[in-house]
Amino acid sequence: MAGPRIALFIPCFVEALAPATAGNLRRLCDRLALDWYQPREQTCCGQPSFNAGFWREAARCAAKFLTDFADADAVVAPSASCVAMVRRYVELAALSSEQRAAAIEIGRRTHEICSYLVDVLRIVDVGASYHGAVAYHDACHALRGLGIREQPRALLRHVRGLDLRELPGGPQCCGFGGTFSVKYPEISASMADARLAALEATGTATLVSTDLSCLQHLGGRAERRGQPFIGFHVVDLLAAQGPV
Amino acid sequence: MRQDIRDRSRDLLRDDKLQDNLRRALGHTLDRRAALVAENPGWAELRDRARDLRDESLRRLPELRAQVERQVRGRGGGFHFCRDAAEARARVIEILDRAGAVEVVKGKSMVSEEIALNAALEARGIAVFEGDLGELIVQLRGERPAHITAPALHLDRRQIAALFRRALGQDVDDDPVRLAAAARRFLRPHFLGADAGITGANFVVAESGSVVLVENESNIRLATTLPRLHIAITGIEKLVPRLADLAPLLALLPVSATGQKASAAVSILGGPRPSGEDDGPREFHLVLVDNGRQALISDPILRPALRCIRCGACLNVCPVFQRIGGHGYGAIYPGPIGVVLARALLGRSDGAHAFACSLCGACDEICPVQVPLSRLILEVRRRAQQDAGVTAERMAHAAFAEMAQWPRLFKMALAASRAAIRWWPRWFSTSLTGGWTDLRAWPRPRRDGELRRRTGSGAT
Repeated sequence: MAGPRIALFIPCFVEALAPATAGNLRRLCDRLALDWYQPREQTCCGQPSFNAGFWREAARCAAKFLTDFADADAVVAPSASCVAMVRRYVELAALSSEQRAAAIEIGRRTHEICSYLVDVLRIVDVGASYHGAVAYHDACHALRGLGIREQPRALLRHVRGLDLRELPGGPQCCGFGGTFSVKYPEISASMADARLAALEATGTATLVSTDLSCLQHLGGRAERRGQPFIGFHVVDLLAAQGPV
Repeated sequence: MRQDIRDRSRDLLRDDKLQDNLRRALGHTLDRRAALVAENPGWAELRDRARDLRDESLRRLPELRAQVERQVRGRGGGFHFCRDAAEARARVIEILDRAGAVEVVKGKSMVSEEIALNAALEARGIAVFEGDLGELIVQLRGERPAHITAPALHLDRRQIAALFRRALGQDVDDDPVRLAAAARRFLRPHFLGADAGITGANFVVAESGSVVLVENESNIRLATTLPRLHIAITGIEKLVPRLADLAPLLALLPVSATGQKASAAVSILGGPRPSGEDDGPREFHLVLVDNGRQALISDPILRPALRCIRCGACLNVCPVFQRIGGHGYGAIYPGPIGVVLARALLGRSDGAHAFACSLCGACDEICPVQVPLSRLILEVRRRAQQDAGVTAERMAHAAFAEMAQWPRLFKMALAASRAAIRWWPRWFSTSLTGGWTDLRAWPRPRRDGELRRRTGSGAT
């Protein structure tokens, strides 16, 4: 294959909680005949420590990431927040100046999957089919961190049989925020409730997003509320080839 | 780390009335703002100009301070620079004492809240009347403002009517016009009788030495013209070089603050009444307060916080503020900008405020002067954790970072956590994570069979 060699960056919580999404990403890449590989040494990008204020610890993860992904033409991940983290490595004072220079280079080559497909490869129809209605949730790090708004919607609109709905009230934070949801669980749950009410108003129980962390959080809250909820990563639906 | 915000948030979230009031007040303001921004094609450019102007002001502050001092003194006004809150309180009291002032009407001023001026004046036997309707309401309730531009947004008109009946002895219903009239009836004699008016300043123009005040109720006009003495007190960062600089700032401020294209009144005041004229106070003083600002300007990372023009838009759009209001934070500067201001100006260093944020970035997007709020919040978190030293939380992150160096061990730990989450009973996860799992189920590995059935894919 003549195209770029793509390293798949599978965030650790995707690996832990939704390995099927990682599998779907590989299937999707195969179907699009992309030249991909998955660096076996990869672990965590360091975002949890960075957001919690432990930047030295985050820098250790960052240094490892920069080594693990040094050779890739492009790094592609099914998570906007992890990509946003990689693009901020340059802010970590604990990294050496060589590492920070590498961080700028790798940050430029690292993409969230929807943005990579639409903005870099110029693909909007991946040949997927899924029968059903889904609502799209803008993850904050996708929307504001990476400026991803239309890309996943464009891809989803081209999935045959898929009925894409918008959440009323526009983009709103789901209330996860990593360490925030642990330190302020009540405020976080109240934010989730607002999103779940918006989902309910769309008439579908299926929510799709670029970030599984939002969906896991909302799904957990929906379970406590007794509200039907199915969370899909965009990639799950782009890989789908169900009957229409 | 103190848990005071969390404790308060539990009560505030259960207060349906408060939730309703916050939702309505903030929702209206945000909608009006969004409509005005949408119809203004030059908004982005205005924000760039305003950011550059504010940065220029911060860069040239010592020079601008000297310039404004010359201007104010040249017109017979008093100029005072106070290093901290105690010095500022003492200076204001000194000015009032020398003028024999025993009754003061105030315009809304966050710096006067920051330095706790009212309490100091009252302790001195000086009567203080807040002239802004919202400020009067919170003063009568014995509260502090719940928002930096809308002090009483936590209340609705029925609650305000009940307050006025009780505290002012006025027989009013909850009609907004009649409520405003009741406040006016109460305040008018004080505007007429006060010895001094104390206001803040939205901006101070260095080249002309003028104090700029933006308002909707014209109470500031009364407080700065009727009493014989006017004291304007504000932070040193409010200086701008030129009168022309007001154009972009005054275009951004009311839209961002209240969703108004323009505020009802803008006063540009030049000091004491010149001899031979009839208008203005006989005596004028400008009090510029540092109180931690110089240190903030010297801070290479947190410095952009001082671009802030106190519009309150970052509070309005913040999903946490929308749920707990200003009182939830327990600091006079709440919400996103409050994370930096409470630490730098109020000495709040516990970091609790900085962690009451989901890092959604809505504040970055709305700020009219482009303060990179979420970046600053991350920095305050970093410093708070540094100050906290070795904590269990740090050890956990250190252990995680160590484990992340060993891919095989890391993958085994992920697999183990996947199994543990699937099987451990709810009481165990609840005891492990406190409130987290009371309110939401532990994230479960997704059932891949379900995914396969619904999408015709999902095999790994």
